Amino acid sequence: MSSRIIKYLLKRGLLLLVTVIVAIYMTIYIANMGGYVDEIVKSEIYISVSQSIRQNPAYRGLNDTQIMKLINETYAIEIEKIGFDKPFIYRSFIYLKDAITLSLGRALFLYSDSGSKSVRIIILERLPRTVLLFTTTQMILFFIGLFFGLFLSRRYGSFLDKLSVMLAPLSSLPGWFYGIFLILVFASLFRSWFGVGLPYGGMVDAPPPEDKVMYALSVLKHMILPVMSWLVAYSFINVYVRRTFFLIFSSEDYVELARAKGLPESLIQRRYILRPTLPPIITDFSLTLIGSWMGAIITERVFNWPGIGSLFYSASMIFDTPVLVGLVVIYAYLLAATVFTLDIIYAILDPRIRVGGT
Amino acid sequence: MLARAKSFFKQLLFYKSALIGLAIIAILVGLSIYTVIALPYNEAVKLWRAGEQYWLDNPRNAMPSWVNFFLSKKLPETIVLNTEGNQPNVFKAIVSTNKVSNIRIELSFNYRYDDFPSEINLFLKSKFNYSAPKITILWIKPNGEEITLKSFIVSRDYRYYISSDNSLEKDLRELTSRKLNKTIEYEAPVTLLLFAQEDERILVEGAAEVMKGQYKLVINGIAFEEGIDLDAKLVIYGKVYGWAGTDHLRRDLGIAILWGTPIALSFGVVASVSIALIQMLIGAISAWFLGGVDVTIQRITEIFMVLPFLPILIMISTFYKFNIWVLLLVVIALTAFGGGVKNYRAMFLQIKEFPYVEAARAYGAGSFRIVVYYLIPKVLPTIMPSMVLSVADFVFLEAALAILGLGDPLAPTWGKIIDDAFTNGALYKGLYYWVLQPSIMLAATSLSFAMLGFTLDKIFNPRLKEA
Repeated sequence: MSSRIIKYLLKRGLLLLVTVIVAIYMTIYIANMGGYVDEIVKSEIYISVSQSIRQNPAYRGLNDTQIMKLINETYAIEIEKIGFDKPFIYRSFIYLKDAITLSLGRALFLYSDSGSKSVRIIILERLPRTVLLFTTTQMILFFIGLFFGLFLSRRYGSFLDKLSVMLAPLSSLPGWFYGIFLILVFASLFRSWFGVGLPYGGMVDAPPPEDKVMYALSVLKHMILPVMSWLVAYSFINVYVRRTFFLIFSSEDYVELARAKGLPESLIQRRYILRPTLPPIITDFSLTLIGSWMGAIITERVFNWPGIGSLFYSASMIFDTPVLVGLVVIYAYLLAATVFTLDIIYAILDPRIRVGGT
Repeated sequence: MLARAKSFFKQLLFYKSALIGLAIIAILVGLSIYTVIALPYNEAVKLWRAGEQYWLDNPRNAMPSWVNFFLSKKLPETIVLNTEGNQPNVFKAIVSTNKVSNIRIELSFNYRYDDFPSEINLFLKSKFNYSAPKITILWIKPNGEEITLKSFIVSRDYRYYISSDNSLEKDLRELTSRKLNKTIEYEAPVTLLLFAQEDERILVEGAAEVMKGQYKLVINGIAFEEGIDLDAKLVIYGKVYGWAGTDHLRRDLGIAILWGTPIALSFGVVASVSIALIQMLIGAISAWFLGGVDVTIQRITEIFMVLPFLPILIMISTFYKFNIWVLLLVVIALTAFGGGVKNYRAMFLQIKEFPYVEAARAYGAGSFRIVVYYLIPKVLPTIMPSMVLSVADFVFLEAALAILGLGDPLAPTWGKIIDDAFTNGALYKGLYYWVLQPSIMLAATSLSFAMLGFTLDKIFNPRLKEA
């Protein structure tokens, strides 16, 4: 490894870090509504303080001014306790430091299912559910795109190929939209026709089955419709894009030359088409995987899936800033780490990347 | 130029998918123009937000009327009989003599549908000084049978919700049971008991048949005062309404289906065109000036690429509850430095080296002139397809925000209908028309743009020769 590569990677890493920090700060600012969320929190503290003092029988003898004084003093102590006596701009940098060091703190209003207020626990509780649903779906989609794309690019102009081109516009409708139709048919209509149907939404039957196997089966049953909705929505465009991509690469001169040399088709596929197209495909794949961890807010809402997307939605509805910031921070870190890892891999492996150039 | 445009259109029309797409877009544009002229926006918003009081004569969750074409059993329309109008089937007489007023109101209608009404309400308005009229309401079936519904004293503004009168329901069930000598086991509603043929079929849930013919509601009343007045409005709510049906608040869904069209079209087109143009301009500036400008723009773009778009948009719009046009501005602002900037920059870096740009520079053209007149027009055709394609995305973005409850709080849009339908369990209750109509409009809109976009892609970016 040359020192040029190391220098390049250091520069990239530093840039990425600065980018992530600025993005996180912007998120903190937006999630706090430029300090407005402070006012909400402060007024809530004030109300609870004044209520507890007014209802406290020990202070019944005091007159109004004394009570007001007591309330204001207690309020000031409470505010200081959580550090809200400092201006928002000052605190925003403390938040930034906490966010960067991944000490995500405690949620303002939300709880985890286990009853914890720790943002880390809340997020870690939701993450597996989203990974289970969307990472699975994205993997299936990726491989469908890869295999059918490759398959169709070899049968360019055939009926199936033309069909895939014709169906590609269907992917302009998003997954959640197909989800509504799937619920309509497989949950609602099936129930009225056959008496049984797939679940309308949720992740597991209520009450959840005790048995582990039954639990897994129940989750699987609830996954069918959301997974299907994304497969229906995005398979066509995935196949279309990959097919076109492979077609462009298979009309390169060196592929023609390999064909002219009489190399077997399978060898051409592997060595002359798949290998040079691998870097962009891997980039695509890893970025989609990272993206899938954010969940899909709308799909999760349509299917009532209790994952990261739903968490984000409910947190933004009640301005639970620490949760919102925590989610974006984790996403930004994951994204930056992935991009950086890819940079390292390509810098080492791909001789065409002119290190130190653009 | 003209010849080029002509050949372009010839090429475009060669593709069937583009033809279909263009046809649908033309229909949608026509519908939008009609909507904007026929039902001004402010009026539409007012109607949509008027609340249930305004829509009181409409049935709740009624299907569109055209479903009757496909059904062998005709669903009822709503029947409104009002003594304040000049309807032929309405009779009203108030005779005042000797400090006594006698009232008789007869409201008759011909019921010839195959299904029972959804609700029956009677709205009474009376004018008197000190003696409120005491009235008795009779229901006369086509076979001449008379049923007393209720006797009571009318206040100035009285609403008798006949179909939700529980004691009447109990009485009617007993009455019918006694007649047939068998008890009705299930919870037969008032609407059924008043309109059914009283035979064995009424005993089985869902098997009762409608007694068709001339029904009459008679109000007999007396008040111990001269010169009083009483007006009655009988509403027999049907199960179909208008061409689009109604929602849970009895609103005419047609308003939102119609107004959804111009809103969706303008939101989608304005968003995609302006975002593409702005990103292109930023990309061109970045590629042309290079140096500090370029570095700054690149860094800003990277920051926006790290920020997740939809979550940030949700955070902002939860807080401010924008109307739809401000929302559009926010969307544009958030995506101005999106990933597209990088693509455009790469394109412009190549174009910059073309001889004609060099020539322009040689004759002393300024930076602004070169960027706007030489760089951007060169790229414009190649980005047309993605611009048209992204219209579909933005149409759905609006719907998605509405489904999250974050859309315009006033505007009647397709997404709003879907959201209402979802939160009111339309899919559980089988009210499919409620979800399907806006969904079909959404799908038609985005599919038409997608089909056009894919064809444009083939024409402008012929990476492959496709038959």
